[in-house]
Amino acid sequence: MGRKILLEKINISGIESFDIYRKSGGYSAVEKALKTMTPVDVVEEVKKSGLRGRGGAGFPTGMKWGFIDRKSDKPHYLICNADESEPGTFKDRYLMEHLPHLLIEGMICSAFALEAHTAYIYIRGEFKYLIGILNNALSEAYANGFLGKNILGTTFSLDIYVHPGAGAYICGEETALIESLEGKRGNPRLKPPFPAFVGLFGCPTVVNNVETLAAISPILNMGGDFYSKLGNGKSTGTKLISACGNINKPGVYEIEMGITVEDFIYSEEYCGGIKGGKKLKAVIPGGSSVPVLPADLILKTAAGQPRLMTYESLAEGGFETGTMLGSGGFIVYDEDQCMVRNTLSFARFYHHESCGQCSPCREGTGWQERLLTRIENGEGRLKDIDLLADISKHIEGNTICPLGDAAAWPVSSAIRHFRKEFEFHIQFPEIVKNIRHGNIDKYL
Amino acid sequence: MLRVTIDNITIEVEEGTTILNAARKIGGKIVPPAMCYYSKLKGSGGKCRTCLVKVATTSELDPRPLPKLVPSCSTLVQNGMHVQNITSEQVLQERKAIVEFLLINHPLDCPVCDQAGECDLQNLSYEHGLEETRYEEERREFAPVNFGEKIKLHMNRCILCYRCVYAAEQITNERVHGVLYRGDVAEISTFVENFIDNDFSGNIIDVCPVGALTDRTFRFKNRVWFTKAMDAHRDCEKCSGKVVLWMFGDEIYRITGRKDEYGEVEEFICNDCRFENKNVSDWIIEGLRKIKRSSVISQNHYEKLTKQSIIKPIEGKMEQQE
Ligand SMILES: Cc1cc2nc3c(=O)[nH]c(=O)nc-3n(C[C@H](O)[C@H](O)[C@H](O)COP(=O)(O)O)c2cc1C
Ligand code: SF4
Ligand code: FES
Repeated sequence: MGRKILLEKINISGIESFDIYRKSGGYSAVEKALKTMTPVDVVEEVKKSGLRGRGGAGFPTGMKWGFIDRKSDKPHYLICNADESEPGTFKDRYLMEHLPHLLIEGMICSAFALEAHTAYIYIRGEFKYLIGILNNALSEAYANGFLGKNILGTTFSLDIYVHPGAGAYICGEETALIESLEGKRGNPRLKPPFPAFVGLFGCPTVVNNVETLAAISPILNMGGDFYSKLGNGKSTGTKLISACGNINKPGVYEIEMGITVEDFIYSEEYCGGIKGGKKLKAVIPGGSSVPVLPADLILKTAAGQPRLMTYESLAEGGFETGTMLGSGGFIVYDEDQCMVRNTLSFARFYHHESCGQCSPCREGTGWQERLLTRIENGEGRLKDIDLLADISKHIEGNTICPLGDAAAWPVSSAIRHFRKEFEFHIQFPEIVKNIRHGNIDKYL
Repeated sequence: MLRVTIDNITIEVEEGTTILNAARKIGGKIVPPAMCYYSKLKGSGGKCRTCLVKVATTSELDPRPLPKLVPSCSTLVQNGMHVQNITSEQVLQERKAIVEFLLINHPLDCPVCDQAGECDLQNLSYEHGLEETRYEEERREFAPVNFGEKIKLHMNRCILCYRCVYAAEQITNERVHGVLYRGDVAEISTFVENFIDNDFSGNIIDVCPVGALTDRTFRFKNRVWFTKAMDAHRDCEKCSGKVVLWMFGDEIYRITGRKDEYGEVEEFICNDCRFENKNVSDWIIEGLRKIKRSSVISQNHYEKLTKQSIIKPIEGKMEQQE
């Protein structure tokens, strides 16, 4: 069994309640931080741990906290990004449902480090059932003196509020989230200025993912140095992976970073192999926004090395032959899945979710979807494939927020690695209509 | 003062100046086109992406280039910065693509659009567009809406620059419209009642870079290039009273603010001046307005078309038909 840090106590019955969580050693990190450390000590500990943001971008958390403008006379804010809406990603909801106090404990330590006295959990609107769980856990924490004024008799005070969004994917982008939290339309802001300087209500703000914040208490308990030795190289610690698709055991798994992709897909401890003994066709390892890789390239890098579940290894080869760890939404496709149809379904998602502020994303995402719809319906022409690739190329890098890139990558990578399948769709629409899946090998 | 070099021309600008405004200080061909930025509207810019430029050297202290193209309208100059606009092939390529994006859902109804001849999108397409469209899918469609008696919205033509939203927010006493919905079905809307009426509401027509918001009192009356633009003023309690009268013969067809070469009004005017004083006797006429902008009305920009790109292909086609 691999090492569990976040999910270590998930099987203790009643762990979602304060009492049981506390009895099993919970909230000791708050005691340690508030009573024996300064805010800067906590930041240093997190820097040492090498923890990287689990929301998708993988930015070092300690470094991000280091940017917070401590000279500002304005209040600081901490925001927990619980908007989790990326297709394929469903790890944060699992944490919040079963271990709400792990998140709250992490938020208290983090707010202390950032000298924030107000924190928000911005939660995806569709996660209605979690709002009650979180509010319950928050009132327990208040009742036991871990939230509110003068926590544990120290001078540190903190209030945490749960704020639901209205179900827009874009409100997971940190500056759109901030706008939405301020009561405005969820349009991403131009950066700079970054939230660490001008964030919520114009004040210094840090936005972190649920999983990132949940990792803070274990890090303080075991020490940053110790945490940094877990994992592999710059991918320290453990990561939650939400695995789905054509596998025997879909679910949320905690892995120590550095296990091989092959092990993750085929071992009984994790995905348990491809369903029905079929062949692996492709994997999207980090949520719908990261490039898809065909079986050979996801299992081994272009240089022939085994691909590891780390930020670095998954990215090896750049976009030509690599991908990204992203948020850890691991989507597995077997040999019968149709790449054209899948790409269309992602293109539709991004078209639907574009906020519409900047022209390349607003117009390009719709164009991508309409073109792909035509190809999927057997009305494509061969030149459409290059046109499609060209559209995504011009969205990428030209937009205000990374949703544009996220919309472009699934399309460009599918064409890069599965061009044959697109061509087949266009050349043999009748066959495609009849087989209704992507196993075209026997026709080629 | 900061030193910045744009397309090999170096100037000094004050701290806090954007690349676009530095370029405008230099003037001429190296000024990036701007469809959403409006210097008099706080917070505007950054959206249309037509002003993207390449930063080849970030600053004296950090000589690295920036990894992505940046919107010149909302990126501040740093000392020793080197910017490439028309000297960068990449910038020109991406700008073409942006213009193409702006046009895929545009109805291209210039022949029946009152903005034709003074439309920033027309000018932009002329200068940076592709000659043929690669877009063959359906275009989004909205029905036209009247915002009261004076203002008409053709959402089909809108490029979602948000200028009218900022204008309503910042220069009128109440904003009653905004952007509804998301993505390419987002629309400018009052949501409840189709009525925008206050002393300065007419300015949303002037800030609109395209024919999405137009003056209903001028609708289909004339084409701007047949009218004569006259600078004029009157004593007005609400605004500066400095306007442009768009005249045909002795008649005033339309009244607008005075736009500079970048399409921005020098001063916002009130609705009394814009809509209620259409008699020549209401105004003190200063003289013919010099139009510095490159557009049909300035008649200095579209010559190139007659020479090669239009006549030649037409000649070719005519020969084929004979
Ligand atoms: C379109 C879009 C959607 C995003 N959605 C989420 C999300 O649901 N949850 C999340 O934690 N981060 C999301 N992010 C990333 C956030 O902008 C931000 O990087 C993250 O919350 C930072 O936290 P971390 O440093 O702990 O990863 C999204 C980014 C983009 C561009
Ligand atoms: S990239 Fe898309 S989602 Fe992001 S700001 Fe631009 S239009 Fe909005
Ligand atoms: S003018 Fe700069 S992005 Fe629109």
